[in-house]
Amino acid sequence: MNFVIPSFIPAIPEIVLLTLTSLLLIADTIWSKRSEFATYYATQLILLVVGYLVLTSFSTSQVLTFDGSFVRDAFGDILKLVIVVVSMGIFLFSKEYLLQNKFYRGEYFTLGLFGVLGMFVMVSAYNLITMYLGLEIMSLALYAMVAMRKDNQHALEAAMKYFVLGALATGMLLYGFSMIYGATGSIQFNEMAQIIASGNVDNVVLSFGVVFIVIGLAFKLGAVPFHMWVPDVYHGAPTAVTLYIGTAAKIAAFAMLYRILVEGLPGLVKEWQSLIVMISVLSLIVGAVITLVQENLKRLLAYSGIGHIGFILLGIIAANPDGYSAAMFYTIVYVITALAGFGMIVALARTNNEFDLIADFKGMNKRNPWLALMMLFIMFSMAGIPPFVGFYAKVVVIEEVVQAGFTWLAVLAVVMAVISAFYYLRVVKVMYFDEPEDSTKIEPVSNQLNWAVSFVSIALLVLGLMPSSLITLCYNSL
Amino acid sequence: MLFGFPILSTLIWLPIIGGLLILFLGRDRDNFTKWFALSVSVVTFLVSIPLWTQFDTSTSAMQFVEQVSWISQFNIQYYLGVDGLSMPLVLLTTFTQILVIASAWDVIKERVEQYMGAFMIMQGLMIGVFVALDGILFYVFWEALLIPMFIVIGKWGGQDRVYATIKFFLYTFFGSVFMLVAFLYMYFQSGSFSILDFHAMHLGSTAQILIFLAFLIAFAVKVPMFPVHTWLPDAHVQAPTAGSVVLAAIMLKMGGYGFVRFSLPITPDASMELDWLVIALSLIAIFYIGLVAMVQKDMKKLVAYSSISHMGFVTIGMFLVYDIVQNTGSIQGSMIGMEGAMIQMISHGFISGAMFLMIGVLYDRMHTREISAYGGVVNTMPWFGFFAVLFAMANAGLPGTSGFVGEFMVILASFKANVWYGIIAASTLIIGAAYTLWMVKRVFFGAVANDNVGSLKDLNKREFAIMATLAFAVVLLGIYPAPLIEVMHSSVANLLIQATTSKL
Repeated sequence: MNFVIPSFIPAIPEIVLLTLTSLLLIADTIWSKRSEFATYYATQLILLVVGYLVLTSFSTSQVLTFDGSFVRDAFGDILKLVIVVVSMGIFLFSKEYLLQNKFYRGEYFTLGLFGVLGMFVMVSAYNLITMYLGLEIMSLALYAMVAMRKDNQHALEAAMKYFVLGALATGMLLYGFSMIYGATGSIQFNEMAQIIASGNVDNVVLSFGVVFIVIGLAFKLGAVPFHMWVPDVYHGAPTAVTLYIGTAAKIAAFAMLYRILVEGLPGLVKEWQSLIVMISVLSLIVGAVITLVQENLKRLLAYSGIGHIGFILLGIIAANPDGYSAAMFYTIVYVITALAGFGMIVALARTNNEFDLIADFKGMNKRNPWLALMMLFIMFSMAGIPPFVGFYAKVVVIEEVVQAGFTWLAVLAVVMAVISAFYYLRVVKVMYFDEPEDSTKIEPVSNQLNWAVSFVSIALLVLGLMPSSLITLCYNSL
Repeated sequence: MLFGFPILSTLIWLPIIGGLLILFLGRDRDNFTKWFALSVSVVTFLVSIPLWTQFDTSTSAMQFVEQVSWISQFNIQYYLGVDGLSMPLVLLTTFTQILVIASAWDVIKERVEQYMGAFMIMQGLMIGVFVALDGILFYVFWEALLIPMFIVIGKWGGQDRVYATIKFFLYTFFGSVFMLVAFLYMYFQSGSFSILDFHAMHLGSTAQILIFLAFLIAFAVKVPMFPVHTWLPDAHVQAPTAGSVVLAAIMLKMGGYGFVRFSLPITPDASMELDWLVIALSLIAIFYIGLVAMVQKDMKKLVAYSSISHMGFVTIGMFLVYDIVQNTGSIQGSMIGMEGAMIQMISHGFISGAMFLMIGVLYDRMHTREISAYGGVVNTMPWFGFFAVLFAMANAGLPGTSGFVGEFMVILASFKANVWYGIIAASTLIIGAAYTLWMVKRVFFGAVANDNVGSLKDLNKREFAIMATLAFAVVLLGIYPAPLIEVMHSSVANLLIQATTSKL
């Protein structure tokens, strides 16, 4: 048996990320005694370096390495860049939040970086085992991050729920993986696809495998009926961590969905399409209806996130490259919007006041008109009202399902969009029309956060006026 | 473009950018804010005048066209142009805007820059709606309008403003999303979002019916037609005066415009199939809502219901085409109905705007809109009484005012289509006169009702100027509507050909 040394070049960003993060882990123990923020700055620097590496080695064609278990392509590279940019934003917001809530620790950032590594691996995984590895690297980091506030009962409960249900979901996924392997004899996505296409497989086992995989994916995405953990975890976790779970992790979950279903199991499109239709319809309805009664903004964003997942799945249902591109565009837009939304909460949170109740936003226009305007941008973008970019995200996915012949689904989706407009409007309503209980001016905890929130929110408007380049980028990547 | 100058873009972006600027610069500088807003609206109006003077009335083609690729992936374009159907509406918008800004001069004292900014942004968006020739661009303007209006009603409105503004937003949003799905379906069929391509495309009968219904929901909510009109009285009663003026004078016209720009030319066969539905709903609006207006105790509510009733003339005038063609065998006869509908839109813009401004003047002084709180106002405010009676007469459709022209043309067309339609439509001359004149009698005539009325002050110079301008417009259009008919003639003729040519 001769050992072939694989090409490491395509995986350079991951390798560098792993190395630097490991070094940082050690360095953190020394640094944290001298300079409080060294780890934070090192984290941002590492992300910059990794982002630069991805950008300079941007691949327009598909490159496989490590015996076909790792792939580099435009789809993955774009998602990685988004992950890097979004993570930098998350860490920026988190730093202030951790300081305010007095549990600033270097581990948060090292764990976060490991999470990013997991996401990178998921995005680039080209066989079931690599995918599983990536998923676990990310999940373990997230479990630990949720549990970081040892003194907070809610956070511990959330961590427990997240861990147990997450493990269950992974179990389902693995079970599905094993069935697919059993039926096809391969774990590699392109080989699986070929073998299924050849027709020499046991269809019953395959179908069961698909069902389990879709259940596992739905868990990870937080789609109905496997969404129960989402509101509790979002609500219970420290907001900085919610920010992380609700944004960057969603990109990785989307990548996983795409790699497994589209690249690995295109031959079973009939089976998974009907499952996804069901999940998507349920997510749209639950996301719109249950959100109506939420009084807590974090829970509201969690439930509305379920609805947004329903929209992302609409693009997958179309089952063609344009549909996947639309779903990718929606995911990116949603993640940016959610970053702004959770970022707003983080920016306003104070010691002993999480600022996450809708009632906290009462009379915001009187207390800080600029931030009220930014929040208005965020809410209307979430609701999908032009000229904000959220509108185009909805248009492209709806356009793809119409094109795929699911006009009824498009009508359902727009009706749900109208219902969900109500609760986004409610937030705008309390900001602009209600009298504040406390009329002192509210300021973000730091100037830096003020800029960051404003930047992301204005980006929603600018992208909305000129959505062309981002749309084209997504459409050309597949 | 006019001599290479992007006149339509200027009309859209000048007020929007001005509005954004004032949002940031105008904090605590109320005088500057007001003068800035007024100057921008005057300049915008001046810029819009060449649309009329340079307009080529001999063609139904789009004029002043601007076309740039916007979202190339979906072939979405920044595509603007006007024809005889949209140009008068653009001028109506730029004209009304000056009065809207002026009307709020002394009334708004809280966050003036947000108020003026919202109205300026709204103006740009409304012009955008009328000149967009790309479906998605149209939709963006159409929907974006909801945001500033939502804020204006909710922030500066009356007691139940929050309920009213959310109802307004959700009703109109609900209506329009179906239009979006219809656009996407047509894009999928034709490969383009251009409205002119939509006009030219072939559609099967089922597709046409579904698209027609989607459009009907969207535009019926906006017009508004019975039974989806209920948001309008709420929104009007709660909105500040300028908000009511913009709603009644311009936003309602967007619904009527939608019918002529989309429903009739894109789905002619479905329009023919389902014209009875629109006609029936319009007749209910004209007759039943007219009766509802009669029993109102609140002046604003009365005028709001009267608006719905008058907009019924617009929708019926547009959809009489098929019956007339069937009866007379030529589309020439239906010309008068369609042109009547278009003139009614413009005239209603002036009259309803004037009526709401009038109520605004009273409300500023007395802080009530209850009819019963007034009486004998003409004794203390003679000039105001003069204008009020003039506008009331116009609202009732007195010959010599603009209200007469449109209504009369539509009633004539109704008789051509079906005697019963004509009789029901003509009943508005009685009902409309009844509720308007009765209100005028109770509010303006008789003895001075109480001390509050006794101490009223007549119009100041600013209010006088606003009223006089509108009075001039109403009378001018009433005695000499020919220029307006002339600019829309070719486009209406073309529209009627499109509306009666089967696509099957």
